[in-house]
Amino acid sequence: MLKFTAEHEWLKLEDGIATVGITSHAAEQLGDLVFVELPEVGSQLTKDGNAATVESVKAASDVYCPLDGEVTEVNQAIVDDPSIVNSDPQGKGWFFKLKLKNAADADALMDETAYQELIA
Amino acid sequence: MDDQPVLKTTPLHALHLSLGARMVPFAGYDMPVQYPAGVLKEHLHTRAAAGLFDVSHMGQVVIRAKSGTYEDAALALETLVPVDILGLKPGRQRYGFFTDDNGGILDDLMITNRGDHLFVVVNASCKEADLAHMQAHLSGCDVELLDDRALLALQGPRAEEVLAALWPDVVDMKFMDVRDASLHDAPCIISRSGYSGEDGFEISVPADQAEQIAKALLEDLHCQPIGLGARDSLRLEAGLCLYGNDIDTTTSPIEAALEWAIQKPRRAGGARAGGFPGADRILGELANGTSRRRIGLKPEGKAPVRAHAKLYADAEGRTELGEVTSGTFGPSVEGPVAMGYVPTRFAEPGCQIFAEVRGKYLPLTVSALPFITPTYKR
Repeated sequence: MLKFTAEHEWLKLEDGIATVGITSHAAEQLGDLVFVELPEVGSQLTKDGNAATVESVKAASDVYCPLDGEVTEVNQAIVDDPSIVNSDPQGKGWFFKLKLKNAADADALMDETAYQELIA
Repeated sequence: MDDQPVLKTTPLHALHLSLGARMVPFAGYDMPVQYPAGVLKEHLHTRAAAGLFDVSHMGQVVIRAKSGTYEDAALALETLVPVDILGLKPGRQRYGFFTDDNGGILDDLMITNRGDHLFVVVNASCKEADLAHMQAHLSGCDVELLDDRALLALQGPRAEEVLAALWPDVVDMKFMDVRDASLHDAPCIISRSGYSGEDGFEISVPADQAEQIAKALLEDLHCQPIGLGARDSLRLEAGLCLYGNDIDTTTSPIEAALEWAIQKPRRAGGARAGGFPGADRILGELANGTSRRRIGLKPEGKAPVRAHAKLYADAEGRTELGEVTSGTFGPSVEGPVAMGYVPTRFAEPGCQIFAEVRGKYLPLTVSALPFITPTYKR
C-alpha cells in the first residue's frame, strides 16, 4: 500500500514497516541534492518531527517523519550518492524504514490520487 | 491583492520565462534563480563552457565632471573610494568599495576609466543609496543612472569564442579591459571581467536590444542561460565577496581581506594617501592589522555549512570565534565551501575550527581563497 503526506513524503507499507522517501514532485522542486543526512537506526521518531535533512546547492530542507515509529534501516546509498534521490526518488532513492508504533495510523494518510490532486 | 511589493523586471524577463526559469524576488526584481538544467549543472556548465547571466538589476552609473575632464571625476570619486582611480588608464577597470566614516563598507563596485568620464557598476540592493551618496558628495560631477541599459554577464572558458561570433575584436581584450563594441548594431560597453572566477565578459547593452543580443549569444550551444543560484556558488568558489553577506558596514576592507584593492597612492606615504571616509581606521589597520579576518573555510565532511552558522575553536562549542557569512556546496570543488570571519590568530590556512550545524559541531579547515584556480586572461 502506497501512502503520501502533504509534506511530500511517500510511504510504502508492508507488515507494519513503512519504507519512507520523498516524492518525485519534492525531488524536482528541491533540485539536484548534494547532501543527505539520515536518522540513526534504532531512533524513535514522532509524527511531524525532523527525520532527515537534504541539501541542494542552494538550501537545506527538512524531511519530516510521517508517523510515529522506530527506524529499522536507512539507505546508506543516498548518503554516498545523493543524486539517486533525484534519479529514482520513489524507488532506489528511499530514505529509511520505520516500524510503525501503530500501523493503523497510516490509514489517515493520502492515497496516490489524493496526493496527485494536492500537487496539481 | 497580496501585500508583496510589485517586483521590477529586467529587459530579459520575457526571455527568462520562455526559457523555463524559476523566478524569485531578488533586490526588488523578479529574477531567474535557475533554469530547467538546475543550479548544479548550470554551475558546472559555466566552468566547462560558457554561461549567460542577466545582471541587469545592477546599477550602471556614469560620473562626469562638470569640467569635462577624467581627472576631476577620478579625484572626486577618490573622496568616497580608497582606490587609485586617477591612475587608472583609459579602457581599464578596477574593483573598489565605498567606505563610511567608521571604515565600514557601504557597497562594492567596479570602476572604469571611459576616457573623459567614469563608468561604475554597483550592486542592485544598494543602487539607490549609492546614487544618492554620489550625488550628495560628488558636487563637481553629474552622476547619472543608466536605467535604459541592460547588463549581461558571459562567463566561462568558451565565453571568448561565443562573443567573437558577434564581435571578433574581443580576442584583443585582456582581463579588466573595457571596450566599446557594436553587437547587432547596438552600441555596447564590454568589460573582460565577471563574478565567477572564469574568464568572461560583462556586456552593457541598450535595454531594447538586450533580448536580441542575449538570444544571439544563446544560439551558440556552448552558451547556456545561468541563474542567480549558480552565480552565487560560482562566486563563492572564486572567493569573491557578496555584499550584504560577506561585507557590509560592520566589516572594514582590511578585516574583509580586500587590502589588495587599495593601491599604493592611497596608502600611508602615497601621493594621495587617505582622503576617503574612514581613512584613519583603514590606514591604521593596514599598518597594524586587524583583530579578525575574512577567511575561506572547507568543511571536512560533506554537509554544507551555510551563512550564519556559528564558528568555534573547539568541538564542544565553548569558545565562539565568529560566524560563516557565505556557505554552500561547491559543485566544482565537489564538496562544501564557505567564508567567514575569525580572530586573526585562527586565520592561518590549515587551522582547524568547528561550525555548529543542526546541533552538531562539524570540523572545518581554514583555507586560502579562491577554492578554484581562476582562468582570467591576463
